[in-house]
Amino acid sequence: MKILVSIKRVADPDNASKLKVSADGTSVTSEGLEWKMNPFDDWSLEAALRLTENAAERNARVGEVVLVSIGPNDEHTQRIIREGLAKGAERGILVEADEGSLDAGVVSAILKAIVDKESPDLVVMGKQAADGDSNVAGTKLAERLGWPIINSAMKIVTADDGKTLDVKRELDTGVATVKVTGPAVLTTSDRILHPESVKNGVTPDDHQYAKLEVGGRYASLKGIMQAKKKPIDQMSIGDLGVDATKSLNYTKFELPPARSGETTFVEDAADLVDKLHNTAKVI
Amino acid sequence: MANVLVVAELLEGKARKTTLCAVTAAKQIAEGTGGSFDILSIGEGAGASADELSGYGAGKVLKAEIAGGYICEKYAATVAEAGKGYDILVACASAYGKDLLPRVAEKLNAGVASDISSVNIDGGKLSYTRPMYAGNVSGTLEITTDKQVVTVRQSEFDAAEASGGASPTEDIAIQSDPAADKVEFLGVEVVKSERPELTDADVVVSGGRALKSAENFANIIEPLVDALGAAMGASRAACDAGYVPAELQVGQTGKVVAPKLYIAIGISGAIQHLAGMKGSKTIVAINKDKEAPIAQVADYFLVADLFDVVPALTDAVKKL
Ligand SMILES: Cc1cc2nc3c(=O)[nH]c(=O)nc-3n(C[C@H](O)[C@H](O)[C@H](O)COP(=O)(O)OP(=O)(O)OC[C@H]3O[C@@H](n4cnc5c(N)ncnc54)[C@H](O)[C@@H]3O)c2cc1C
Repeated sequence: MKILVSIKRVADPDNASKLKVSADGTSVTSEGLEWKMNPFDDWSLEAALRLTENAAERNARVGEVVLVSIGPNDEHTQRIIREGLAKGAERGILVEADEGSLDAGVVSAILKAIVDKESPDLVVMGKQAADGDSNVAGTKLAERLGWPIINSAMKIVTADDGKTLDVKRELDTGVATVKVTGPAVLTTSDRILHPESVKNGVTPDDHQYAKLEVGGRYASLKGIMQAKKKPIDQMSIGDLGVDATKSLNYTKFELPPARSGETTFVEDAADLVDKLHNTAKVI
Repeated sequence: MANVLVVAELLEGKARKTTLCAVTAAKQIAEGTGGSFDILSIGEGAGASADELSGYGAGKVLKAEIAGGYICEKYAATVAEAGKGYDILVACASAYGKDLLPRVAEKLNAGVASDISSVNIDGGKLSYTRPMYAGNVSGTLEITTDKQVVTVRQSEFDAAEASGGASPTEDIAIQSDPAADKVEFLGVEVVKSERPELTDADVVVSGGRALKSAENFANIIEPLVDALGAAMGASRAACDAGYVPAELQVGQTGKVVAPKLYIAIGISGAIQHLAGMKGSKTIVAINKDKEAPIAQVADYFLVADLFDVVPALTDAVKKL
C-alpha cells in the first residue's frame, strides 16, 4: 500500500498563547516560537506507518509512505520532513510556497497535483492544522479527486489486501462505521493513537502498540541516521501547473481579549456553593 | 443582497439544535444585506423535519429525503445542486457540518469560512471572524469566490426562536455522485443520554485524568452533574483513557462550549482544553495544584483533593 501523508509546519501549538499580531493587524507573528510538525499530521503519519509495516517484525516496512509539505523551502520545513522520514516514511516532497499565498483551496489543488503524479492508494491527513483550525483541506482534496472522504477516523481495519477499509469515525453524537473502497482520503482523530487503532492484515491482529499519550511515535536513532539519506524532492507550485488563486482573504488578526477578573480562591465546598449561588448567581 | 441557504442537520429524523444556530447566522446575513434565507432539510426524516423547520421565518424549506445513514458523498451533490440558486450556504460547524460543507463548497468552487464566531457586515460587504490557533488569535476574512460557504460555531450563535408562520416546503431531486458508491454505511452507535447536550447546556461539569477510572466518573462526577442538571464533559486525557466516550471531549479537537457555568475537576487546563471552554461565563476549577494553568481562566478555584470535596459539593448543591 502506498500512502501520501501531508505534513505542515506550525508555530509551537503548546505556546500559542505567546503569539503576537503585527502592529497593523495584517499578520500573526510567531517570533521566538519553534516550528513544529502540526500535531494532527503527526497522528496521521502514525496511522499511515501502522498501515504499512509489520509491527511484530520490528516495524519492517511493507508499504510506502510519501510525505508532502507545502511551505517555505528553508531549514525548518526540511527539518520537519526529516522528522517524518526518521519515524519511518520513505520519501519526502517539499512544494515551495509562501505561507501567505495558501488557503485550504490552494492546498487541496497542490495536493491533487501531487496525487496525480504519485497515485497513492490513500491520502491520510490531519483533520485540521493547529494554526488555522479549519478542517477543510482534506475534504476539498477528496472532492477534487472524486474520492470519498472519511473524516476523524479512530480505527482502521483493512480487507482485500488493503483495497477496502472498515473505518470507525467519531461524530458529535457517537461513532459511525463505514466500509470504504479506496483510493480515499482519510483524516484522523485523537483516538488513532490507541494501541489497537489499526489492523493492516500483516501485523498480527492481537498486536498492541505502545500507549501514546500526546503524539505519534518517536524516531529511533537508526531512523534518524537513515532519514539523512532519504530523498526530499523539491518543487514549486509552478512546476506542478496548479492554479493557485486563493478564495479567502484575511484582512485582520487580533488577540482575543483576556478574561477579565481575578481568581477567587474559595475555602471549601460550602464556600464555593455560596459564591456560585449568591455572588455569581449561576446556580 | 445575499440569498442564503441553511443546510439542516438531522439526527434520527429530527433537526438538531445546531440547525437553529445556523439559522441565526443566516438571518444576520440576510437582514444585513437585504437578502433572504431558505432552509434545506436533507436526510432520513427530511419531510417531517421540514415541517418543523417551517416555523423559523425562512422563505421556503426545501426537502430531500435520503434513506440510510449519513455519508458525505450521498448528500453533497444534492446540497450543491440546491446551493446553485444561492449566494451563501450556511451550516453549523458540528462534526456533520465540517464533514459535508467543504465537499459541497468544492463542487461550487467556493471558499469556506470554517467555524466562524461572528458575521460582520460593513456597507453590505460581508466578512467573518473566526478563532484560530486554538482560540489564541482571531482572524477576520473575506471569501473572494462567487459563492460562499460558512460554518458557524454553535457556542457563538444562539438558537433561533420559532417565529410563527409556515414557510412553504418543496421537494427537490436527489443528485447522485459516483464517489458515494465507494462508501457503505455499516452502522452508528449513538450515545443516548437524558442529560442536556454538551454544546447546549447552561452548566457543564468536566472531569480529567485525575478521576483515574470510569467508576470514579460514575460515582463522583455524575452525581454532581445531575444535581446541577448539567451536561458532562471531559479532557482528552479522560476520553483517551476510556473513562468516558470521546464525544464528551472539550477542547480544540473536541467540543467548544460556552455555558454560564463550567466546572473543571482534576483538569490541568492545557492550551488545547482551554480552547474549548474559555468562553464560558463563570469558570470553576477544582484541583490539588493551585499553580495548574486552569487558574489563568478560573473565576473560582477550590484547591483540594477532588475525592474529598466533590461529594460534599454535590450534597451542598442538593440542599439549595
Ligand atoms: C493536537 C492536540 C490536541 C489536543 N486536543 C485536546 C482537546 O480537545 N481537549 C483536551 O482536553 N485536551 C486536548 N489535548 C491534550 C492536552 O494537551 C492535555 O494533555 C490534556 O488536556 C490533559 O488532560 P487533563 O487535564 O485531564 O490531565 P493532566 O494534564 O494530567 O491534569 C490532571 C490534573 O489533575 C490534578 N489532580 C490530580 N489528582 C487530583 C486530585 N485527587 N484532586 C484534584 N486534582 C487532582 C492535577 O493537579 C492536574 O492539574 C490535545 C493535545 C494535542 C497535542
